[in-house]
Amino acid sequence: MPGVTSPSGGHNTNKAVRHHTLVVLVENQPGVLARVAGLFARRGFNIYSLAVAPTDDDERFSRITIVVDVESSPLEQITKQLFKLINVVKISELDPDDSVERELMIATVKADPSVRSQVIELVDVFKGSVIDVGFDELSIAVNGEPDKLDDVEELLRPYGIVELQRTGRVALPKLERTPPRLKSVQNRVAN
Amino acid sequence: MEPNEPTNGGAALIRALELEGVEVIFGLPGGAILPVYDPIIESSIRHVLVRHEQGAGHMAEGYAHVTGKPGVCMVTSGPAATNVVTPLADAYLDSVPMVCITGQVPYAAIGTDAFQECDTTGITMSITKHNYLVSDARDIPRIVREAFHIATTGRPGPVLIDVPKDIVDPTNPRSALDWYWPTDEEVIAGLPGYRPTTKGHPRKIKEAAEMILAAERPVIYAGGGILKARAAEALKELAELTGIHVVTTLMARGAFPDDHELCLGMPGMHGNYTAVMSFQETDLLITLGARFDDRVTGKLDEFASKAKVIHADIDPAELGKNRAPDVPIVGDARLVIEEIVSAIRSLLESGRTQADTSAWKQTISGWQEKHPLHYDQHVPGERLKPQFVLETLRDNTPSDTIVCSGVGQHQMWTSQYWHFNHPYTWVNSGGLGTMGFSVPAAIGAKAAFPDRMVWAIDGDGCFQMTAQELVTATVEKIPVKIAILNNSYLGMVRQWQEMFYDERYSEVFLSQDVPDYKMWAESMGCAGFRVDSPEEVLPTIQKANEINDRPVVIDFRTDAAEKVFPMVASGKSNSEVMVHPSQVAGIGEF
Ligand SMILES: Cc1ncc(C[n+]2csc(CCOP(=O)(O)OP(=O)(O)O)c2C)c(N)n1
Ligand SMILES: [Mg+2]
Repeated sequence: MPGVTSPSGGHNTNKAVRHHTLVVLVENQPGVLARVAGLFARRGFNIYSLAVAPTDDDERFSRITIVVDVESSPLEQITKQLFKLINVVKISELDPDDSVERELMIATVKADPSVRSQVIELVDVFKGSVIDVGFDELSIAVNGEPDKLDDVEELLRPYGIVELQRTGRVALPKLERTPPRLKSVQNRVAN
Repeated sequence: MEPNEPTNGGAALIRALELEGVEVIFGLPGGAILPVYDPIIESSIRHVLVRHEQGAGHMAEGYAHVTGKPGVCMVTSGPAATNVVTPLADAYLDSVPMVCITGQVPYAAIGTDAFQECDTTGITMSITKHNYLVSDARDIPRIVREAFHIATTGRPGPVLIDVPKDIVDPTNPRSALDWYWPTDEEVIAGLPGYRPTTKGHPRKIKEAAEMILAAERPVIYAGGGILKARAAEALKELAELTGIHVVTTLMARGAFPDDHELCLGMPGMHGNYTAVMSFQETDLLITLGARFDDRVTGKLDEFASKAKVIHADIDPAELGKNRAPDVPIVGDARLVIEEIVSAIRSLLESGRTQADTSAWKQTISGWQEKHPLHYDQHVPGERLKPQFVLETLRDNTPSDTIVCSGVGQHQMWTSQYWHFNHPYTWVNSGGLGTMGFSVPAAIGAKAAFPDRMVWAIDGDGCFQMTAQELVTATVEKIPVKIAILNNSYLGMVRQWQEMFYDERYSEVFLSQDVPDYKMWAESMGCAGFRVDSPEEVLPTIQKANEINDRPVVIDFRTDAAEKVFPMVASGKSNSEVMVHPSQVAGIGEF
C-alpha cells in the first residue's frame, strides 16, 4: 500500500520521528478501511501501523487504531481530512504520554535443543509464552508496550528469527488518577 | 407510491429522484442500468440523452452551478462509469453538488471481471464527497435521500451511487422492497459521522469584527463558497458597511458585482494588477469561502506576508491547510458574514470607530489608474484580438447572460473582460481546469434556465474535446450559443512555451483549416458562422442573438500571438507580477 511504511523503512528514517496514535471510530460498512487507507495515500500521509477491530457495538462501529509518523501540524490536517469521511464518527488523538499502548508479537525462532531453554527463559522474562514447538524451532508470543517488543526482537535476533509478525498497536487513554471531585477542585485552583 | 407498497429497486430509484425534486437527468443507458431506464418513460423527470457520458457529468455540473440545486447524471457500468470520472473530479474540486448514478454488474458477479465491470466506487473514492455501492434494494430510498443530503449540505460535492443490475431489475427477486421515504430525522440519525458546522463560533466572530474595524489596509478575499452559501447579499452588506474592497476569485466571479466601486475583480496568476497587489500589501485578509489555492497565492511564503488572516470556511480542513489563520471560523459563509455584520454593527453602536482606511483607498485607486487591463488594438490585416471579441459580446448581451468557459487563455480573458454583475452567471472549471467543460456545462445551464441567454466562450482546443454534445443540444432543443476564440493553438500552453521555453513550440499547433467549425456546427444542426474581421464581429453577434430555435456556433479567428496579462509565473511571488509590456515602466512604484 503506497501510504504505508514499514517500521524500519520509509521516509524520515534518519530523523527520530514522533509517533501519534489516532483512534478512529468508524461505521462498520464495506470499504471503510479502503477509504481511510486511501485517504492517507492520496494526501501523502504515512501510516506507521494500523489495527482494525470491531467495537463492543460491533453491528454498527469498528475501531481503527492508526499510528502516524508526522509532526503536529500535518497531523491536524490528517485528522481534519479523516473527519470529512462520512463514515468516520469520532477521532481521538492519543499522545504517547497520556495513553497506554499494547501490541502483540508472534515469532518463530531457531531453537535447537542446545539453546531451547535459553529462548524459553528469555520469553518468560518478558511474560510471553511458547505457542508452538518444532524439532529445532519455537514459536513464541509476547504482548506489551511497543518499545518492549523492540527489545524482545533484538534479544531474539542472535538465535535466528525465521518469521516475525506484529499486530500494530492499540491504545486507550490513561485513566484519571484522582477521584472526580478532587479533580474539579484542582481545576478551579489552576484557573 | 404508498408507504409499504411493494415495488422494485428500479422504480424506487426513479421515484426517489422525483421526490428529491429532480427536474432533469443527463445520461445515456446501457446494459447494467437498463432496468432504471424503463421507469423513466413514465416519470415526470426530463431525461437529456447525451452523446458521451463526460457530457452528462458536465451538464449536471452546469445545471448545479446556475441553480444551486444538485445536478443529476445517470450512466451504465464500466466504460460509462469511467467516462464520468473527469466530471466527478471536476465537481469535487469545485465543490459542485451533484448526484451520479452508475449501473453495475449483478451483485454476485462483482469481482469476477464480468462484462463491463469496473470498481466504480474504488475508482471514484478520492474524487467524490461520498459514494455508495448498493447491496440491498431496500436501501435505495435511504441511500438516495442520504446522497442528496450529503451532496448539498456542508461543503457541497459529488456523490455517486453504484447500483448492481439485479437490485433494480423487477424480474429478479433481489429487487423487491416495500416502499418507504425516510424523514429528515431518520436521514440525520443514519449518518452519525456527518454533522457539518454551519454557525460560526461567537467569540471568533467578535474577534473578526474587531480586527476588521481596526485594520488600516483591509481587503476581502471572496471565494466560491460565497456562491455555494448564497451569501452574495450578505457579502455586499459587509463590504458596504465597512467600505472594504472585495476581490473575487475565479470561482467567485459574480459573487460581488463587477460594476460596484468596491469590486477589485480577479486575483492570482492572471488576476488584475490591483487585485494581486491588494493581497500583497493588505494588513488584514478577510477570507470568506476561499481556499488559498496555489493559482491565487503564487509562492505561498510570500503571499500576503504583511497580513493577519481571518479565514471563514464551512470545511474545517481548509483552515490552516495552506495558510495558518489568525482567526479561524468554521461555518456557512452566509451565516458567518451575517454574524460578522451584526457584531460590527453592535461595536459601532457602542461607540467603536473604524480605523482610517483613506490612504489605502488612494493606494488602490492609484494601482487601478496605472495598471488597468490592457491589450494592443487590432492591426489591419492581422487577426482579431480575442479581448475585442469579448468586449463586443459583453456589451451586446443581456446583463443576466450566463457565461461558460473552457480552460485556457480564453477562460482567463473571459474572467478578466466580462462584467459579472449578478451571481450565478459564470460557470467554469476552476480547480481541475477541465478542457471540454464549456459546451456541456452551457447545455446544463440552459436546460435549467431555458429563457436566459447562455453563451459558452470556448477555445478551439477545448471545443474539439466535447463539441459533439451540440448534437444533444440540437435534438433536445437546448439552444446554447458558442463563441470559439480560435487561435489555432493550445494557446495557454503556447504562451508558457513562448515565455518559459525559449519560444520552442512543442505540439501546440492545432490547424488553420481543419476542422471547418462552421460546417461542423451546421452538420450538428446548429447555425454556424465564421468571423475574420473586426467589422463582422458585432453584426454576427447580433445575428446569433436573434437565433433561438437552435444552437449557434461562431468561429472567431483570433490572433495566436496574443498573451494573457498580467501574469504571475508559476511558483513565483505575486509581487513579481508581469504586466502588459506597454505598462512595464510603472511597475513597483506604489
Ligand atoms: C483535459 C485537459 N487536457 C490538457 C489540459 C492542459 N491545457 C490547459 S489550457 C490548454 C490549451 C487549451 O487550448 P484552447 O482550448 O485552444 O484554449 P486557448 O488557450 O487557446 O484559449 C491545455 C492543453 C487541460 N487543462 N485539460
Ligand atoms: Mg486555442
